Amino acid sequence: MSQVFLGMPAHAPADVRALHGTQPFPAAARTALADSQLRRNLGAATATIRGKRAAAVAEVDDWEQLRFAGQQIKAATMARLDEHLIRLEQAVTERGGTVHWARDAAEANRIVTELVKAAGADEVVKVKSMATQEIGLNEALAEAGIAAWETDLAELIVQLGHDTPSHILVPAIHRNRAEVREIFLREMPGVDPDLADDPRELAMAARTHLRRKFLTAQVAVSGANFAVADTGTLVVVESEGNGRMCLTLPPTLITVMGIEKVVPSWADLEVYLQLLPRSSTGERMNPYTSTWSGVTAGDGPQEFHLILLDNGRTAVLADDVGREALHCIRCSACLNVCPVYERTGGHAYGSVYPGPIGAVLTPLLTGVLDNPTLPYASTLCGACFDACPVRIDIPSLLVHLRARSTELRAERRLVPTSEAVAMTVASWVMSKPRLFAWATRAARLGRLIARRGRIRSLPPPLSAWTATRDAPEPPTSTFREWWLNGKERS
Amino acid sequence: MRIALFITCLSDALFPRAGQATTALLERLGHEVVFPPAQTCCGQMHINTGYQREALRLVEHHADVFADADVIVAPSASCVGSVRHQHATVARRFGRPELADRSAAVAAKTYELCEFLVDVLGVTDVGAYFPHRVTYHPTCHSLRLLRVDDKPLRLLRQVRGLDLKQLPDADQCCGFGGTFALKNAETSSAMLADKMANVLSTRAEVLTAADASCLMHIGGGLTRLSAGSRTLHIAEILAATDTADGRPTR
Amino acid sequence: MTTGSARDEVLARIRHALSASPTEPIEPVRGYRRTGQYSPGAPQLLDRLTERLTDYRAAVHAATPRTLVSVLEAALDGTRRVLVPPGLPAEWIPASAVIDDGGMSPAELDAVDAVLTACTAAAADTGTIVVDASPDQGRRAITLIPDRHVCVVRAAQVVQTVPELLSRVDPHKPLTFISGPSATSDIELRRVEGVHGPRTLIVVLLSD
Ligand code: SF4
Repeated sequence: MSQVFLGMPAHAPADVRALHGTQPFPAAARTALADSQLRRNLGAATATIRGKRAAAVAEVDDWEQLRFAGQQIKAATMARLDEHLIRLEQAVTERGGTVHWARDAAEANRIVTELVKAAGADEVVKVKSMATQEIGLNEALAEAGIAAWETDLAELIVQLGHDTPSHILVPAIHRNRAEVREIFLREMPGVDPDLADDPRELAMAARTHLRRKFLTAQVAVSGANFAVADTGTLVVVESEGNGRMCLTLPPTLITVMGIEKVVPSWADLEVYLQLLPRSSTGERMNPYTSTWSGVTAGDGPQEFHLILLDNGRTAVLADDVGREALHCIRCSACLNVCPVYERTGGHAYGSVYPGPIGAVLTPLLTGVLDNPTLPYASTLCGACFDACPVRIDIPSLLVHLRARSTELRAERRLVPTSEAVAMTVASWVMSKPRLFAWATRAARLGRLIARRGRIRSLPPPLSAWTATRDAPEPPTSTFREWWLNGKERS
Repeated sequence: MRIALFITCLSDALFPRAGQATTALLERLGHEVVFPPAQTCCGQMHINTGYQREALRLVEHHADVFADADVIVAPSASCVGSVRHQHATVARRFGRPELADRSAAVAAKTYELCEFLVDVLGVTDVGAYFPHRVTYHPTCHSLRLLRVDDKPLRLLRQVRGLDLKQLPDADQCCGFGGTFALKNAETSSAMLADKMANVLSTRAEVLTAADASCLMHIGGGLTRLSAGSRTLHIAEILAATDTADGRPTR
Repeated sequence: MTTGSARDEVLARIRHALSASPTEPIEPVRGYRRTGQYSPGAPQLLDRLTERLTDYRAAVHAATPRTLVSVLEAALDGTRRVLVPPGLPAEWIPASAVIDDGGMSPAELDAVDAVLTACTAAAADTGTIVVDASPDQGRRAITLIPDRHVCVVRAAQVVQTVPELLSRVDPHKPLTFISGPSATSDIELRRVEGVHGPRTLIVVLLSD
């Protein structure tokens, strides 16, 4: 057993359930693919948002320059992450905030729980936040007898539906309006029984439902999109105004933020506030962005706590290739353009981070052996890279993680899979031209089972291919045979 | 120009006609084509499945085989993509900077067929004749790794007799993805089904692309459905003339 | 372990992670546009701001110092209780308005029909206005809870780009960037305007 030294970068613990699915991706995907309603909902929603994003991006003639700047600012920030966090801590503290550090999910949950109790509250209102989903904060608060009210419409749909989120930005993307209406009728106390399945009417029902909570809540919990080290300014980007309500009205505000969200200077926001809204909702600018540093006398919460969360991020940082995944600004553009996500939906990924970024970030946070099928949940088609506003090369990260996974298996002397054996043999044969020529000729044996120019069924593992596709009949001569014969003839 | 053909293992073993057509086309355009017989496989499947150590010997072999070539042309966007974007990275991963340099040198003179025709030879009219209704699928690696953009379409538009149909949602992946087609067979098949529906909606007789691998996947789906459309590598269309139906004249 | 050591440990982990493959931070290249082609208050910018705010379902009314009072009256039409921040220019304040003294609770603010404020700056490219809690804009709660927000934007406050907007605001103040009334796209990704924030946003564009 290896000993854990103080200060060794650590993966997210195995009991962080929001990062550990219960099924391998292919099995979970199979279930999702069988759900035709889900396929229709996702197909319609992703097509809508892809069109909006494309139009919003096309308006900006310096989009590529913004993407480059967005990438470089993040890379420069990560290279000095410790210094930026210390400056952030200092700036927030100077302005009346309190900064806490959490090594992992359990520690962050403990800090939040104690703060809520100290405020004398038994409920909190929440702004949508990936970090608090990742650490399972709502469940931890419930165990301590504290109710957490999600106030983002999609989060509310998920919470009332006893469901789990399936998208970074629109956690209820897998639900259509009729399903949302059903959930509201069933779970929302005092809702109008004649509620129609019109998105506007459904949004108004949510407004009424949450209004009283906002006006009386004593504690709010939020995440942060960005935190500026120079000025100690926290930034929350949102649309509905539920964020403003939570950030402004309750006397106590607790913000949980991954350590990678820091940016060095105020001017850096001019890049991200252009990249994020157009990439995520396809808007020129989201309706509301709130910023605050510390506390302001007579305005908003008079007590502010900032929790800086590791939970595996330092392990991501330690991977000099995987590190790039920490640049993510959670816009969800990569999900919306991903052909795999579009068909399987987010639940198949078994993590709060689904889609292309989830397929790299989740195994990076937990260690790839804890999520071994996720890096393979992609055709490497590259649509994610083109959409990513901070130019994260997700396909290359996937390829890197696939290699890490087989290397780690080998290092730990796990029994080689039949695939590993086949790959080793194949690479050996392929590095010997004569053997390779012989092997390609041997493929001709396939002609024995071909009918009318195709092969309809092959033994496992190739049966996975022939379940829906014919395999080609091998030709009478390989290219190299043809070439050599042709040379002889001419 | 003396052009070294990088035929790719898939084309060598299963789709020799794509290579034969590439040969015929380049010779017709007045170039000498050679086939370094020691070539095998670029190792893309190994790299993309997580076996970089195993791929290393293929990367090295490839760099050795093509070291002396003036220019290298392959009828496969994804194999060229691997040579260009992966080989040097693999070499560096295993502490082989000298190999990375050699791989980069080979990559710098390696072209996918369509980009070679348009960018290097500067031709879009290759004198082809192909009187059929055709639709073109831009494979992911030609589109987003090599950025061939509309070069294949510019070539196809100059083919006499060819009736080019726009493929709806053309830039969507067909679902092949190498071993993805086996590891995530159901998702792959769902993507294939949508691609086929789009192909069939064009009523094209022929679906063409710059990658034999994606064509094997889509073509396998189309014959399983006994659908009317067949698949042809773009080299086979560009090589076709009114005297030869995509086959070399030699 | 104490919380203090969590800080030390996270920082030590970061340093360890970075030491394995140290990289010199590069100076990011800012090749994007930082200033617009039009200077603040240019007529093209006022047009663009109007178009983009309207596109996101805000109402925009043009006013001059002479017409301002009647434009504001029209913007507040149909509201009974109007609140204004303490530092609003006296000539803008409607006769019946209540001046915020910071004492109203959220529940009391919920009984207010409309709020009338000034703003700090606006960006035409994105249709964004910023309020920063200055005396003529008021504490954040008053532009949040009442269902109608009437906001006066002076022409000279209108810049073109987001970088110009950010350079004009004070990061230490509590800022709210507003681009149209509140909205959601959470159901089938269709945009619906008017959720928790003011459902009606009326921008009064005051030229000099
Ligand atoms: S990886 Fe890029 S595209 Fe995907 S959510 Fe993150 S920032 Fe957006």
